Amino acid sequence: MLSRLADALYWMSRYMERAENVARFLDVTLHMSLDVPGSSTEQWEPLVTASGDHQLFAEQYPSFDEASVVRFLTFDAANPNSIFSCVAKARENARIARQFITLEMWEQLNEHYLLLKDLERQKDTLDLSHDFYTDVMMASQLFQGITDATMSRGEGWHWCRVGRKLERADKTSRLLDVKYYRILPSESYTGTPYDDILWAAVLRSTSAFEMYRKQYHQITPQRVSRFLILDREFPRAIQHCVIAADESLRAINSTPTGFFHNPAEKTLGRLRAELAYTEVEEIFASGLHEFLDRFQVDLNNAGVVISETYFALHPLSGDNPSGASQ
Amino acid sequence: MDFSRYEVGDFFDELFEAPGRPRPAARLLVERLQALPEGELEYRQQAAEQALLKAGITFNVYGAEGGTERIFPFDLVPRVIASEEWEVIEKGLKQRIYALNLFLDDIYHDRKILKDRVIPAEVITSAASFRKACVGLNPPKGIWCHVTGTDLVRDRDGVFYVLEDNLRCPSGVSYVLENRQVMKRTFPKIFEVCNVRPVNDYASHLLETIEYLCPAALDAPRVGVLTPGIYNSAYFEHSFLAKQMGAELVEGGDLVVVDGWVMMRTTRGLERIDALYRRIDDDFIDPLAFRPDSLLGVPGIMEAYRKGRIGLANAPGTGIADDKVVYAYVPEIIRYYLAEEPIIPNVPTYLCWRDDDRRYVLDHLDQLVVKAANESGGYGMLVGPHASEAERKEFAARITASPRNYIAQPTLALSRTPTIVSDGCEGRHVDLRPYILYGKEIYVMPGGLTRVALKKGSLVVNSSQGGGSKDTWIV
Repeated sequence: MLSRLADALYWMSRYMERAENVARFLDVTLHMSLDVPGSSTEQWEPLVTASGDHQLFAEQYPSFDEASVVRFLTFDAANPNSIFSCVAKARENARIARQFITLEMWEQLNEHYLLLKDLERQKDTLDLSHDFYTDVMMASQLFQGITDATMSRGEGWHWCRVGRKLERADKTSRLLDVKYYRILPSESYTGTPYDDILWAAVLRSTSAFEMYRKQYHQITPQRVSRFLILDREFPRAIQHCVIAADESLRAINSTPTGFFHNPAEKTLGRLRAELAYTEVEEIFASGLHEFLDRFQVDLNNAGVVISETYFALHPLSGDNPSGASQ
Repeated sequence: MDFSRYEVGDFFDELFEAPGRPRPAARLLVERLQALPEGELEYRQQAAEQALLKAGITFNVYGAEGGTERIFPFDLVPRVIASEEWEVIEKGLKQRIYALNLFLDDIYHDRKILKDRVIPAEVITSAASFRKACVGLNPPKGIWCHVTGTDLVRDRDGVFYVLEDNLRCPSGVSYVLENRQVMKRTFPKIFEVCNVRPVNDYASHLLETIEYLCPAALDAPRVGVLTPGIYNSAYFEHSFLAKQMGAELVEGGDLVVVDGWVMMRTTRGLERIDALYRRIDDDFIDPLAFRPDSLLGVPGIMEAYRKGRIGLANAPGTGIADDKVVYAYVPEIIRYYLAEEPIIPNVPTYLCWRDDDRRYVLDHLDQLVVKAANESGGYGMLVGPHASEAERKEFAARITASPRNYIAQPTLALSRTPTIVSDGCEGRHVDLRPYILYGKEIYVMPGGLTRVALKKGSLVVNSSQGGGSKDTWIV
């Protein structure tokens, strides 16, 4: 497969998944702000921190109030990680890969984009409610469903899967990190009704609430963390995502587990192995935040190495950048 | 749809020979359209446009900010041409392309036509589209122009004329194919009875044409469509054709010349590619051979082409054959190489570099259409009768400054055809671009792209200037 095409499929998937996760963050926070006391800044600032665009936000908005954060994360075109920017970039990558993806995938993504573009024009009067964010989540899940239902399980599909799973692992880890350290900073909440509400919110934002209840019943920080980090079966759990991404990356070169042919397979394989031999007690002993922080760095690094190994168009004879400017 | 008040006007109308009297080939269609309930056609028109937008069949508009993607406006009332009439056009186009190909081969080799003084040598040497780098090139099987889109128009007398030849990278064929799809979905019953000649095998013919460039020994040649990228106005078409042919869609950056072979950068390393349907102009295709500042092309690809290691369609250098001054000589070209009379006539053309012609042009600017010899897409053009005094003055100055660069033609009364407008149906001017493939033999797509000037009275059909398209039915 053309490197540029693989790159486009990978990012198409990543951006769709990212849009979905931003919608999840916002939806849960909107919901939770109804239940939990405290200044609104306390609840909204972590969302911006989690997206990694704290500085960009501070340059453009006076404070981390609800309206500003919602706007920044939903329609702000200046924010490369707003829902609208993500869907626009997913579509742009889909256009690049247009002759490779199926008609059904393209039409669904294109329609979703056109709808958002319409809404974007009325963004100042729009009431961004639960329904809106549910629609964004559903659109992403529909896209994933169509991808799985219409695309052959060849290299292209595996690139879509690698992109989606890596993005999801990253977002689940950020969500967990932010909720645990920013919203639950003080011991004072621990053991109060809010504790339960907040952890339940973390679970809900990853659609994990029901699956968690079936397995663990009582909500405790350790169990929630074990479920969202180490579960192998829950589709939004970090370990599940890393295993799936690793499987797909290996499928591309038919490399068996435990071996590697290139730096990308080595990096991701090592990350998978580390998770496989980790227990939640160790995580808590060394600190959840420290663990998640390190994981994010490692995961990010895996993304960079994959990109270097498979997508980078290194000049071979003279400088020859891709892209058009006519 | 009610045609009882439809005005034919003082033009050749494609569907009606007189008010209320459809042409024989269009009779069935008109009857069926008339039988549709009031408002039904307009409703289906909107549905068709929605379908095009949803499918993302759009083109990019240069220079516009924000909403730079638009659908190419599409009108549901097809244009009908009778089979008997089409047979003549098909023959005429084959004749023309065959002769132009001989001309190209001659110009880049022996130049017999110049030595015999059929065309003044300076016409060729002064043309911006003449490529020195192509002198002595031997394209596979001697074919230069694999894909041509020839623009035809009808004047008031109903005769088809060739308006211009496009031998570089003619676009629009994807709209023909998509329009046909939309039409079949919209009017399945009408299609059933009208017996329209199909166009949907175009992609197969195109693939055959490109594969014909590869050495026969190659069992399964790898073929690609070379695009400038997603910001190019015709990107949809590039991707559409690649998909239809099962070819790779590549950008310049995907290709690299290694040890004289053209390779694609893939996730498994470099892989060879054998032939390219390239949709990048000569100028940009190889910075080593042509424009050194081009970022779109592939350095070294011309050298590989010269050695026969990659097929290119069209061959570089074909632009000389659609230079608008050379155009004026095409009837002579046909007579010279084939000893035949041209089957489809040219529009009479004044060449501004001839003193007599230029004097006439400058004196009659208000009656003529002036075109720059090297532009396409409706840019660099003056429609005299519709232009302001100031615009005419500006063109007069340009012509005087570089006469070689301008030609002029009488303003034709382009034929019209019924087109949906806000309150019913009115006549709008149209042209026709059939697509011609030159591979093992010459194939002419039955019909082609009918472009329509949607603005009332306008004669400019280009999509960049408010034009739309229609399905073309050969019945």
